Amino acid sequence: MDIFLWVVVPYICLTVFVVGHFWRYRYDKFGWTTRSSQLYEDRLLRIGSPLFHFGLLGVVGGHVIGLLVPESWTAAIGVTKEIYHLVAVVGGMIAGLLVLAGLAILIYRRRTVGPVFSATTRMDKVMYAFLAAAIVLGMWNTIAGSILSVGGHYDYREGVSVWYRSFLAVQPRPELMADAPIGFQLHALVAFALFALWPFTRLVHVFSAPLGYLTRPYIVYRTRDPQLGTHRPRRGWDRVQ
Amino acid sequence: MKVMAQMAMVMNLDKCIGCHTCSVTCKQAWTNRTGTEYVWFNNVETRPGQGYPRTYEDQETWKGGWTLNKRGRLTLKAGGRLRKLLTIFSNPKMPSINDYYEPWTYDYANLTDAPAQEHTPVARPKSLISGKDMKISWSSNWDDNLGGSAATAERDPVLKKVGDKVKFEFEQTFMFYLPRICEHCLNPSCAASCPSGAIYKRSEDGIVLVDQDRCRGWRMCISGCPYKKVYFNHRTGKAEKCTFCFPRIEVGLPTVCSETCVGRLRYLGLVLYDADRVLEAASVPDDHDLYEAQRSILLDPNDPDVIRAAERDGIPRDWIDAAQRSPVHALINKYQVALPLHPEYRTMPMVWYIPPLSPVVDVVRETGEDAERQENLFAAIDALRIPIEYLAELFTAGDVAPVDRVLRKLAAMRSYMRDINMGRDPDGAIPAAVGMGEEDLYDMYRLLALAKYDERYVIPPAHAEQAHALEELACSLDYEGGPGMGGSGPFGEGSGVPTPIAVENFQMLQDRQTSDTLAAPDDKSARVNLLNWDGKGAPSGLFPPKPEGPDQR
Repeated sequence: MDIFLWVVVPYICLTVFVVGHFWRYRYDKFGWTTRSSQLYEDRLLRIGSPLFHFGLLGVVGGHVIGLLVPESWTAAIGVTKEIYHLVAVVGGMIAGLLVLAGLAILIYRRRTVGPVFSATTRMDKVMYAFLAAAIVLGMWNTIAGSILSVGGHYDYREGVSVWYRSFLAVQPRPELMADAPIGFQLHALVAFALFALWPFTRLVHVFSAPLGYLTRPYIVYRTRDPQLGTHRPRRGWDRVQ
Repeated sequence: MKVMAQMAMVMNLDKCIGCHTCSVTCKQAWTNRTGTEYVWFNNVETRPGQGYPRTYEDQETWKGGWTLNKRGRLTLKAGGRLRKLLTIFSNPKMPSINDYYEPWTYDYANLTDAPAQEHTPVARPKSLISGKDMKISWSSNWDDNLGGSAATAERDPVLKKVGDKVKFEFEQTFMFYLPRICEHCLNPSCAASCPSGAIYKRSEDGIVLVDQDRCRGWRMCISGCPYKKVYFNHRTGKAEKCTFCFPRIEVGLPTVCSETCVGRLRYLGLVLYDADRVLEAASVPDDHDLYEAQRSILLDPNDPDVIRAAERDGIPRDWIDAAQRSPVHALINKYQVALPLHPEYRTMPMVWYIPPLSPVVDVVRETGEDAERQENLFAAIDALRIPIEYLAELFTAGDVAPVDRVLRKLAAMRSYMRDINMGRDPDGAIPAAVGMGEEDLYDMYRLLALAKYDERYVIPPAHAEQAHALEELACSLDYEGGPGMGGSGPFGEGSGVPTPIAVENFQMLQDRQTSDTLAAPDDKSARVNLLNWDGKGAPSGLFPPKPEGPDQR
């Protein structure tokens, strides 16, 4: 069971994530968009969307540090366990609260503003459920695990993080995850489900974050598409160059 | 000098009767899909008026276009690259649907389906955004012909600039129409605002297009364009804009709006410009110099140096010929009667306008004086400050002198030609008074008044050896998946690979040929809206369901 949950499922989800994105990009470039609903409603979005997105950038940053940076590295540059813990909990709480507040506003907006609701696809709703569940469980882990110490103290940097790195290194150690508190286990499972859904939702827009805009020239010139007609020539019928 | 070719347009506003034929045919051709109900690539505004979207010209509010920063360098008015990325989660300057209007259809089915009742059933307006009943309170041309202008015209941003004088002269109303399409600017701020780099300017003919496969829906182009001519398709989540009907232009046909223009007021042709000097021309410090600066980067296609440079830069010979015969070049630089729309946005727009003389003529005529005598017209141009200042705010960043010059030329043409038409000896002093020769004035008359089809549209087709690349010529059905594809992809409206129009037409025709029952939507909520139907597939409710077995025919 442990192997199924902490080896098989994560790898399946990761595969779906990678292959799914590849497939979506090939098949559906036209559908690859933020699907913004700002045209319909502005007032709530103006507050909710920046709260959510900037908060989420913090959350993602926190996860990168927490999961990918081994404890020995931070110890090597002189960060003690207590300091790390304090920074992580305070930073995580702030970012998490921003995200939660933003998400609450955005979901309220999506449900109550008629045009926005009618532009919501089934996939959006499923995605929202998983996203909200992952965020709430994550907050719960921070509050219950780190602040209130419900069910005893648990240092994820010696459990979940090590498992995650072993997972990425393709030498999975499922026993580390099996020993983790139920909150962390659920958070991880929901997150992996979200990764599997990712390529089929509007979340793909994360991967088109337009950082190239900072360096490209303002005006783009392109010559007319050399492709012949609307369809690609069949194999063996390419034009002579 | 780097010579580039630009397809450009000039509109002769004196001839516009405000019939909206251009808007309607454009809409039928390009924006009759769901998600683009409110989108008008071409619209006709009554001036004075707020325009579409409302008060789009008020750049202090909308922050479109370019501006000079403190060091005199050209920057986007809405802020630089970093600022754009930081506001990407909620664009603070994006117009909402209410600044355009909430599009609607009518519940026509109720007219036939309503149960017997005391009162006549009515077709209620239904919002195309929310699907609910709605109260119609605005549209794309709500203040058409100054309708309701007593209440709303004072919000016209251009009128505000002209100032207080308007209040007491507004009774002598002047009015004209302003048809607008995308300006296909030489220095497009929409393209500069696009974080994804999806908006590009075609290097062959300067047409500005949105790559639908690269657009990610960041919405910065919509606020970046000062003319508000990039629209957000709220169903596909992508930006769309006027394409200058590039599939038609490529085969030498005029755009749909030009082709169908009843007043024959649109002119299409090439201009050659010096791409190296665009930035310099867009950065001149004084707004009043922008018109001349833009005119100066348009090159004379008859100049041997220009021709040599053009050939060096890969412009085909027949395109140079077309540039020499171009009516657009003639109106802008030879006769100098065409002016750019809002040069102060510093985008170097390439759809120019011949300002209307008719407000002046109308005033003279109302006084009972001869409205075609040169002296009367000249005197009226001097006297009528309001219309002329208004036109100057539109076309020359408020500089009255160029507008004055153009109107005098148009007035001179009128009185000079009157003599000829009346069989009197033409008076050479009239063209001389506006600095033109008699022959030039006659040629201008021919171009403006007669406007022969092949003189007002000089469109060199894209090259014959490239002709296979032209979408409109591709009519084969051996498309991957073949006839039999259709409908939307799994991620919402229009996702997936675009289906060629020929394939979709085939589908629809087959639907129609193989069903023999009358349309009977069993669900009344399945609205059928023909205006928004692009002929692709069968909209639910329009055709009856297909028979299920072969014996049901």
